[in-house]
Amino acid sequence: MSSTIALLLIVVSVLFILGIKFLSSPKTARKGNLVAAAGMLLGLIILCNRDGSGVWSHGWTFNYTLIVIGTVIGLIIGAIGAYSVKMTAMPQMVALFNGLGGGAAALVASLEFMRGAHSIEGLTAFIAVAMLFATLIGSLSFSGSIIAYLKLEGKCEKPMTFPGQNILNGLILLVILGLCGYLTVNSGASSATMAFLVLAGLALFFGVAMVMPIGGADMPVVISLLNSFTGLAVAADGFAINNTAMIVAGTLVGSSGTLLTLLMCKAMNRPVSNVLFGAFGSSGGTAAAASGMAGTIKPIQADEVALLLAYAQRVVVVPGYGMAVAQAQHSVRELTEELGKRGVEVQFAIHPVAGRMPGHMNVLLAEANVPYDQLIEMEQINPSMDRVDVCLVIGANDVVNPAAHEDKSSPIYGMPIIDADHCKTCIVMKRSMAAGFAGIENALFYKDNTRMLFGDAKASLNALVAAVKAS
Amino acid sequence: MTIESLQAYNQILVLFIFVLAIFVGIEVISKVPSMLHTPLMSGTNAIHGIILFGGILVLADADTTLTTVLGFVAVVFGSANVFGGFMVTDRMLQMFKKKK
Repeated sequence: MSSTIALLLIVVSVLFILGIKFLSSPKTARKGNLVAAAGMLLGLIILCNRDGSGVWSHGWTFNYTLIVIGTVIGLIIGAIGAYSVKMTAMPQMVALFNGLGGGAAALVASLEFMRGAHSIEGLTAFIAVAMLFATLIGSLSFSGSIIAYLKLEGKCEKPMTFPGQNILNGLILLVILGLCGYLTVNSGASSATMAFLVLAGLALFFGVAMVMPIGGADMPVVISLLNSFTGLAVAADGFAINNTAMIVAGTLVGSSGTLLTLLMCKAMNRPVSNVLFGAFGSSGGTAAAASGMAGTIKPIQADEVALLLAYAQRVVVVPGYGMAVAQAQHSVRELTEELGKRGVEVQFAIHPVAGRMPGHMNVLLAEANVPYDQLIEMEQINPSMDRVDVCLVIGANDVVNPAAHEDKSSPIYGMPIIDADHCKTCIVMKRSMAAGFAGIENALFYKDNTRMLFGDAKASLNALVAAVKAS
Repeated sequence: MTIESLQAYNQILVLFIFVLAIFVGIEVISKVPSMLHTPLMSGTNAIHGIILFGGILVLADADTTLTTVLGFVAVVFGSANVFGGFMVTDRMLQMFKKKK
């Protein structure tokens, strides 16, 4: 490797670090993404073989034609996925891309393992362990991401458990570790290929078994975790291929992804272990919460809500996943603009885990051209909620459930919520009385100052816009 | 230095990079507001698409039908991850703008 290439590799690493740094501030986020992409391009141009010679300066073989074809196919798949996906389906897309990355990492690790094992000098224990780790984690990330994708698409949303699942998972894990140990020592043995295939198969199965018991509402945390897994698998691949850029990029993703996972769990006030293994402990206990709801449900009509809104001074909108499902973000923006013209102060209260991904609501509202300085985070808006005239809850449920404050037996007790019940009038827009994703009743709906506006969120909002215009 | 000790030295060096990168990764995102969690996840997702490099290297070396096919799949997957990842992140972020 020439020293110019080595120096350029440092530039690539710096571009990745700066890219992630810029991504964590709203002003520079878009630039950050481009900076990271520039780093990727530079890394690709100066890509080196294991012996340090430039990849692109070799004689052109048929394999290089295949590389170009494969890259172009991937580019087309990626572009179609990225530009055709609806904003509401963004989390699924990230899950899918992550799964592909994990699959690629596992394939690269498998091929490296086989190549090293069959070479004359054999595989060093260091590389063998790194490759087994990458195969394991990459496969797990691949199958786990696909299950996460299916769950977010609304298929098999519910947590799935069966008796003895814990024991089975434990056994599989033991077999996996045993196989890893065997393969590290006997990488060149004739039985190694078979053992390796079994290992990869078990890892794929383990990814499914790990994600299946987790409810759809927790998929963001799962995707974030699998994202950091893929990063670590890529870093491990970087060890074998001797590519520093891959090690740096993979590790950055691994560690920042782990922190992001923890931040998400913290926003829900739940330990990671509870998210990942919670379904096993709580079977059947949650349904009982329905009893003890005091008060009655008070429905309201759109015309009446429009009057309340039009003559309010301060209105806070609390969006939730229901808004995403109804594709109602544009109607919400129309309503808030209409209210703004009348001099009503409108803000959006964003719960960190509203929707299917942290920041999901921000992305949706940004798509509808709601300026981001109108979006207020939960901690900032809560202290002033009792000075809000009307709080409009659109398709949110668990994130405004006062049981988190009041009911010690509730599964969400202790989770920070938006204090929608503190405002003067709370309007809850909902399709039906079905429970939220956590599967528990919401005491907010029964409060004296709460009115329910039933119906599809988009249709209701359009009716509100028309009624506000008329009033 | 012998080749073996040079190899061992190189492995220690990459482990060194690995450990430092862990801390950098944690440090750079420690102050991210929750509104940027999704774009950040999507952006880091694109960055691990660097696995495309690995796919290219194994496919360049592939000499049997099996390794060629698997390497090719790895390149397609990695390429979709890296290009799709950056594009989808950019699409999310271009919508974050202030009211004019």
